[in-house]
Amino acid sequence: MPQPQTHQQPIPSMMTTTSAVSFDIERIRTDFPILDQEVNGRKLVYFDNAATTQKPVAVIEALMNYYRGYNANIHRGIHTLAEKATADFEASRRAVRDFLNAPSAEEIIFTSGTTMGINLVAQTYGRHFLKAGDEIIISGLEHHSNIVPWQMLAGEKGLTVRAIPVLENGELDLETFDTMLSDRTKIVAVNHASNSLGTVNPVKEIIAKAHAVGAVVLVDGAQASSHLEIDVQDLDVDFYAFSAHKLYGPTGIGALYGKRALLEAMPPYMGGGEMIKEVTFEKTTFNDLPYKFEAGTPNIADVVALKTALEYINAIGKSAISAYENHLLTYATEQVSQIEGVRIIGQAKEKISVLSFVLDGIHHQDIGIILDQQGIAVRTGHHCTQPVMDRFCILGTTRASFAFYNTIEEIDKLIAGLHRVKKLMA
Amino acid sequence: MTINETQDEIIEEFELFDDWEGKYEYIIDLGKKLAPFKEEFKTEDHIIKGCQSRVWLHAELNGDNVVFTADSDAIIVKGLISMLVKVLSEHTPEEIINADLYFMEKVGLQQHLAQTRSNGLASMLKQMKTYALAFSALKN
Ligand SMILES: Cc1ncc(COP(=O)(O)O)c(C=O)c1O
Repeated sequence: MPQPQTHQQPIPSMMTTTSAVSFDIERIRTDFPILDQEVNGRKLVYFDNAATTQKPVAVIEALMNYYRGYNANIHRGIHTLAEKATADFEASRRAVRDFLNAPSAEEIIFTSGTTMGINLVAQTYGRHFLKAGDEIIISGLEHHSNIVPWQMLAGEKGLTVRAIPVLENGELDLETFDTMLSDRTKIVAVNHASNSLGTVNPVKEIIAKAHAVGAVVLVDGAQASSHLEIDVQDLDVDFYAFSAHKLYGPTGIGALYGKRALLEAMPPYMGGGEMIKEVTFEKTTFNDLPYKFEAGTPNIADVVALKTALEYINAIGKSAISAYENHLLTYATEQVSQIEGVRIIGQAKEKISVLSFVLDGIHHQDIGIILDQQGIAVRTGHHCTQPVMDRFCILGTTRASFAFYNTIEEIDKLIAGLHRVKKLMA
Repeated sequence: MTINETQDEIIEEFELFDDWEGKYEYIIDLGKKLAPFKEEFKTEDHIIKGCQSRVWLHAELNGDNVVFTADSDAIIVKGLISMLVKVLSEHTPEEIINADLYFMEKVGLQQHLAQTRSNGLASMLKQMKTYALAFSALKN
């Protein structure tokens, strides 16, 4: 396998990957036109991938081809364009099924993203099956979108929301989790990987323990889906939600996997067209899965392009992607740690390529502004995880998050950029 | 000095810098030199909430003029605040209400007033004008 050309050092893990496709960083970068631009007079270094990833040409073209060639409303039409649009739409559902290794395509519901997936489960399963006194367990690492929907439900129904504590290294305190579980626990909702610290959570273990007390488990896969192999059957997870835009796909689209028996038992989420079988003023019968949960004209173009994004990822291969990203993370962690006054927040044994840190005496916003002047895009702030910041007694961090199109040279630019920040602020 | 004279003076100072680094060094320096903000004013009702950095603003009347003092926990924002205070402080409510702030754009710092920066600077400017309106209503 050829080495990515921009590397000074070999990547041992790359050599053992079983992926049939070679990992050619130069070629990969040409697939992402947005990367080839200057920001504030410098070549853009895009390290905000945990917020959203950039899109390969193939995805951009899939969107364009759809609107140029066969835009039509799906399912109802019998004309040729409608049939082609419907075929591509449903082919994307099967691609998501394969991506998650779900048993069937009917268990894949298209949503607007992770946030909607979580709200859907809270407002249907949660509202229908939970009653006053029941408990929902989340974790101290959750994004606000996996906190607030449960709090809203809890407020409405008199439930209790509890959070698994976070250890000093950014991992979840599973010993405490054991003591929190009881027959009152009805839902456990945790992320597969943390967006602010990068921690990969042992969701398989969490799921098994939750199932042992009869709770169902929702896993927020917003961050994990682009980095890790996802197998909902192996995990035995009840619900798994992700967003396409964090997966090199378009914004405004995502998917929710749910086990068939649960989805069938759940009431619909929104009412409207598509989700019904028959409507009279006396009575409406609801459509079968997955349409029961897809009211209204769906986001057809973005669904179609999501399939292209998944194909793009599959062509490189998750194992090649994570080997390369781990290499970037290890290098960046080593280099950033050497800067005096740096404290890395989140040092879990297993991490996705997210590096969060604070610099002694320098506000994260100042770091962000000065890096931006040098063309380097990072995220600063609480990353929609205020409880994580409170846990570490900080107001925010600077977060660099890497994708497979990033390079070691770019990390060197970040390090040089941080030295400049320190010099300016001194 | 009128509001516009102060703005023109700032614009002239910035003409000395030919790269971003000099410019930001200067702003950071202004931040460091900003007159200390009274700890007793660092309360919830003086805080202007931006998403990233916190900004505190206090206003009082000294004769006919409004006097602003402000602070932030982020140094660049503090430098920018220092310029806003320099331009608007010690003027009558009417002058502040009618002020047309063009210097930020002229010195290439307009992006910091954009709402997306979520640093509280745009909200701070709005709050300064609100204070001026309130003082003006009080007088009439
Ligand atoms: C862990 C995690 N969960 C949920 C979300 C929400 O995703 P979306 O805004 O795409 O719905 C994000 C996005 O930042 C995330 O990182």
